[in-house]
Amino acid sequence: MLQFILRRTVGAVVTLFLIGAATFFLFVAAPSDYASLACGKDCSPQRLADIREALGLDLPLVQQFWDFMTGIVMGRDFPTGHCSAPCLGQSFYSGEMVWDTIMDRFPTTLTLTAGGAVVFLVVGVGAGMISAYRRGSLLDKIATGGSMVLSSFQIYFLGPIVLWIFVYSSGLMDNPKYVPITQDPAGWFVGMLLPTLVMATIFTAQYTRMARSSMIEQLAEEHVRTARAKGMSKPYVFFRYAWRGSLIPIVTVFGMDVSSMLGGAVVTELTFSLQGIGRLAVDGAVHKDLPMTMGVMLFGAFFILLINILTDIAYAYIDPRIRLS
Amino acid sequence: MTSPVALDPELESTPEPAKGEQKLEGRSPGQLMWQRFKRDRTGVICAWVVIFYFVVALGAPLLTKLSGTDPYTLYGQDPTYADKPVLDDFGLPLGYFGGVSGDHWFGVEPQFGRDLFAMLVYGMRTSLFMALGVTVLMMVTGIVLGLIGGYFGGKTDYWLGRVTDFFLSFPQQLFFIAFMPVVTSFFVDPREETPTYFRALAMLIVLWVLGWMSMSRLVRSTVLSLREREFVEAAKVSGASPARIIRKEILPNVVTPILVQFTYTLPSTILTIAFLSFAGVGFVEPTPDWGRLFAAGATYTQQDPAFIFFPGLALVIFVLAFNLLGDSVRDAFDPKSGR
Repeated sequence: MLQFILRRTVGAVVTLFLIGAATFFLFVAAPSDYASLACGKDCSPQRLADIREALGLDLPLVQQFWDFMTGIVMGRDFPTGHCSAPCLGQSFYSGEMVWDTIMDRFPTTLTLTAGGAVVFLVVGVGAGMISAYRRGSLLDKIATGGSMVLSSFQIYFLGPIVLWIFVYSSGLMDNPKYVPITQDPAGWFVGMLLPTLVMATIFTAQYTRMARSSMIEQLAEEHVRTARAKGMSKPYVFFRYAWRGSLIPIVTVFGMDVSSMLGGAVVTELTFSLQGIGRLAVDGAVHKDLPMTMGVMLFGAFFILLINILTDIAYAYIDPRIRLS
Repeated sequence: MTSPVALDPELESTPEPAKGEQKLEGRSPGQLMWQRFKRDRTGVICAWVVIFYFVVALGAPLLTKLSGTDPYTLYGQDPTYADKPVLDDFGLPLGYFGGVSGDHWFGVEPQFGRDLFAMLVYGMRTSLFMALGVTVLMMVTGIVLGLIGGYFGGKTDYWLGRVTDFFLSFPQQLFFIAFMPVVTSFFVDPREETPTYFRALAMLIVLWVLGWMSMSRLVRSTVLSLREREFVEAAKVSGASPARIIRKEILPNVVTPILVQFTYTLPSTILTIAFLSFAGVGFVEPTPDWGRLFAAGATYTQQDPAFIFFPGLALVIFVLAFNLLGDSVRDAFDPKSGR
């Protein structure tokens, strides 16, 4: 087990390095560099050279990349000050440290992810399992039909509708915004309620469909049928035998969803004008801000790799036949 | 026997010479699938809905001729149309529900007064054909790489697998957003106006590079299990070349999962393209595009909530129909998978 984790961690670090390299070189390979963009239309060669030097763009590419990557582990010194250990560089656009900006925005994205995950795991998977248990009943038909329709909705369609109903036309709630939970827990809850619920609604519908079909598949398995044939009660077989096996596909998709959301719930953040990681990525791309984009990409990739490893460990606990070796 | 699955004549490009024999045998799995599909009423209705959308997209110029509007004219600002005002003093549509009228079937856009119906049908045209191109490219790449990895195995398979893993660990949404401007700037100087074709090309490349992996994995695992089957061994023993085995023995047997995957991938590609335009890195003004309508709709919601209604409803119906169609195709191929 320990060996497995160690090996996967090494693999993850290598992958992160490669993703960083791919991002970096694709970005600088683009014909337009940031200095000439920042310099504007009538730009004197002297000013251009100054900007290039200030941003460190006059160094060889490989050295720029190496400085960036070592900065993550050891920290870096900039003319404007020191940037300590997980240093992702300094934004070309705002001049702030990328890591600080990411940490500043992360709570918004984390709230969305955590809130959404609780709803779609409890409600979504719960509804799916119940409708598989009572397959063919009215409840099942409502859950199946409803989740089918809801999962075809998009956040950028449902979001504005919900905003119009609750905020613009009735004035029941204020425009969604992020308030730090340490400052005002009630304001935090109310401010993030609408975005989280809209996002969770669509995901919940998908989880209901998935949990139901996965459960139905499990109920047709031989060991489940044998248990029923032996005379075990339906609820017992359902909750002790079938339930466990149906978790594998759910855990897989759950891991993928959570890790991609932690790297920025882009659509939700844009729809509700929240300042999260996804918004940061959009701004970074629009302003051609290389350090910011690199930082956000590596931050997102980190979660994907971390949760991949956690998912594989979870498999082994759910299904003892899966050996991690 | 060449392969256990003889395909529907419509799907098979080169019909087997032994056609008369097949008739004696009865129905091929392909025909059985087609019959099962025809009996599934939801599937057939959804197939028609999907076809309807593609016809609308294809016939967008005809439809706008019928409505007498086009997606670019600013009906609210153009002096030619001053005798028929569509916007009030605040730039909001006159009339009910976003200005629905005989001239403007789905209403008009606030501020500019562009015709929503024309924008929507042209936008669907952009999105659907773009998605079709991207999906076909992703599929072909995935199939080729999956076949190579699955059939040859060994070192080739190992390295292809590592490459696939690497691409899978990219944060997809972030990557799309970050690289759209970069890839676009490969084609044109960022300070100049980017022609729509280059934007489309850049999108195609970005979506393609990060989209082939799931198809490749699917084909690889299917081929891996087929490789050990007797009919493939028999072909090998009788001296068939790898190319022939792949083409004649293996490919016909992976058509089913590929087709099912295709019906799921196409709508998700459409949504990804819409997402790019929504995030502001895809198509931009004035190109009519489905996703761009949502970006505009989100900013108009407070004043004119009706604007987002028609594009949104159209998208929901489309995605719903496509998802149900995908389920029906899967059920028709594999009657064991219960719904």
